[in-house]
Amino acid sequence: MGIRERLSGNEAIAYAMKQINPDVMGAFPITPSTEIPQYFSTYVDNGQVDTEFIPVESEHSAMSTCIGAEAAGCRAISATSSCGLCYMTEMLYVAASDRLPITLAVSNRALSGPININNDHSDAMGVRDTGWIQLFSETNQEAYDNYLQAMRIGEAVSLPIMVCQDGFITSHAIENIELVEDEKVKAFVGEYTPEEYLLKKGNAIAVGPYAMPTFYMESKRQQTQAMIDAKDVIRRVGAEFGELTGRAYGLTEEYRMDDAEVAVILMGSSAGTAKEAVNELRACGHKAGLIKIRSFRPFPKEDIIKALSGVKAFATLDKADSFNALSGPMYADTCAALYPSPVHPAGIGYIYGLGGRDVRVESIKRVFSSLEQIAKTGDIGETCRYLDVRE
Amino acid sequence: MSIKAKDIDEEITWKEITPGCGIFEGGTSELVNTGDWRTEKPILHADRCRQCLLCVPVCPDMSIPVEADGKRGGFNYFFCKGCGICARVCPFGAIEMVKEEK
Repeated sequence: MGIRERLSGNEAIAYAMKQINPDVMGAFPITPSTEIPQYFSTYVDNGQVDTEFIPVESEHSAMSTCIGAEAAGCRAISATSSCGLCYMTEMLYVAASDRLPITLAVSNRALSGPININNDHSDAMGVRDTGWIQLFSETNQEAYDNYLQAMRIGEAVSLPIMVCQDGFITSHAIENIELVEDEKVKAFVGEYTPEEYLLKKGNAIAVGPYAMPTFYMESKRQQTQAMIDAKDVIRRVGAEFGELTGRAYGLTEEYRMDDAEVAVILMGSSAGTAKEAVNELRACGHKAGLIKIRSFRPFPKEDIIKALSGVKAFATLDKADSFNALSGPMYADTCAALYPSPVHPAGIGYIYGLGGRDVRVESIKRVFSSLEQIAKTGDIGETCRYLDVRE
Repeated sequence: MSIKAKDIDEEITWKEITPGCGIFEGGTSELVNTGDWRTEKPILHADRCRQCLLCVPVCPDMSIPVEADGKRGGFNYFFCKGCGICARVCPFGAIEMVKEEK
């Protein structure tokens, strides 16, 4: 049995960092950073961890610091949000292509403009193709649990990993949480023992070299294989975490999908709202279900095809617009997964919750109502819709 | 890593290449044939060379070896890019740049 506590999502992540006691944290110490480095720096100041805390002048430098530290053989972490994540982008690619399993805590927030600091997924969606593993969390508990699993996953495939939670909704709201005991965390997470690293005595290595066109594509093909391999690692580590805590995780979570005819696909805190909508609809005899994506990168293609195999109509709910005159990112990926498969339910995409716009049980129920209409008539209508926008 | 820089050539597959193209040993520039960039090559006229060694430190690569007896040896054309700096600094006209014939 774990330790009962009540913590905000930011506190929970900082607490997980304290339990893991990583070697280096590179972080930009002021806005748009989260409270996570602030809480963690208190642990550093109090001597509760022996992490080297390196405050830097930008997120670009924060990620560069992590890259140097991880290449040297350290466990390196950072935390950021919103435009801070954008500012890291160049170095996010370097971290992934240099195959450095850095762990980054992200509180997802909107991007300007108009200027807005509230929750949506625009920041994470903007860096979805940088080569980082991306886990999304529904609750404070999941943010904490995902963080404890992150290093096991990233280090197994030599890829950096981002643990995302919804800004303010989970990052600042205080919830009951069950923490894992320190010694169990240490045993579960283990030590980082890379085969090769810059500070290995008597072993000169070079990290991040120039690659001619004759080698670049081979390197990228190998990198994409690591992302493919990450799927099984995420499943394995999630199952092992379940044995430790009773809370098992996969790439997705299916909620009342067994005989579902209409389904919503989304990720993050809105899953809780959607579960309530599903429960209310189920109570009235509607066959509604939810697929919550936990791992957006790698994208859980097989899990989604399987979950949708008996579904007549589905809707993806994207908390970010791609501004491509087509759809949000999750709709595009879901349809790309389904197209070559034998599973072809009718599907539409919603953009919702931008810039902190509340999504309510009624909102999700309206989505299900549209899906039932589509399932009945076969008329899909507009495939890219905005949810709860004033017409 | 079992793969050494000398084993990485244009035949290597994506499964064999080192992660991130990392190089897991030192001194690998010795393997890189920068000499194939050359359009002109330096020729040493040994009869005019006084062994002043002014050419040695100005070479941007490793193309002018100094032998055990303290005298410069012949050009190492594996590295020499044909920049001609050595010919410019030679006070005795002992180094002549000629067109590279390949």
